[in-house]
Amino acid sequence: MPIQYYIYLCLTLFTIGVIGVLTRRNAIIVFMCIELMLNAVNLLLVAFSKMHHGIAITHNGSPSAGIEGQLFVFFIMVVAAAEVSVGLAIIVMLYRNTHSVDINFLNRLKN
Amino acid sequence: MGTTDILFFFLSALAVFSAIMVLVSKSPVHSVLWLIAVFFAISGHYVLLNAQFLAIVNLIVYAGAIMVLFLFVIMLMNLNAETEPQKHVWAKLAGVISGGCFLMVLVSLVRQATDLQNKAVLMKTGDIGLIGNLGKALFSDYVVPFEITSVLFLSAMVGAVVIGKK
Repeated sequence: MPIQYYIYLCLTLFTIGVIGVLTRRNAIIVFMCIELMLNAVNLLLVAFSKMHHGIAITHNGSPSAGIEGQLFVFFIMVVAAAEVSVGLAIIVMLYRNTHSVDINFLNRLKN
Repeated sequence: MGTTDILFFFLSALAVFSAIMVLVSKSPVHSVLWLIAVFFAISGHYVLLNAQFLAIVNLIVYAGAIMVLFLFVIMLMNLNAETEPQKHVWAKLAGVISGGCFLMVLVSLVRQATDLQNKAVLMKTGDIGLIGNLGKALFSDYVVPFEITSVLFLSAMVGAVVIGKK
């Protein structure tokens, strides 16, 4: 499979995430779109890792070439899990104070 | 066109369609369910790329843990389509147009990138995605970042508790 197909797929998914952040007002949906963008990047990292691996083994390179890409994905997932726990706690706190999840309430941080 | 190609295009179409449905759905619960479909499609892509460890971790962590957390928060707040705040239609149109411009610029950039010509992704074969090889790399070369993530998780846990408590 040419690498371009994966790049186009991931760019499409990433753009859908960007459009979601720009067009939705519900803080939880915005957060989910950020997760979507993270997943698009993860998929692209794995595709590049396999591309690098394929090139390395045809040139008799190291048998573990390209493994870094998959480890980065692992660490991105770790950071995403930590981010979600803190972010959802912030959204719950916002809901408790304003009884809404509208992000327009966040345009003023004071009061 | 082999089975791998058909699966690739099917999973890609599923992922893009579900991602669009995440945005289009009025009810937040439906958005979460469509996002789970996106994660399943992406896990299918990982299996196609023979990254089996990441496929399973993606299902367990994203589709399992994180999406349950989202669903829990949405149901805790009792959000539904009636309470959903909506942006003005012009703001939505501006968002879609700017996102489309972003996509267009990036696609044209990829199309003329000479570094990416005639490069293929290794499908189905290659054993770097198996758990043994990933584990060896993780616990030899990347053991310090791996241990630092435990500190990150601890601080995230403390932060979530502190924010949620007041």
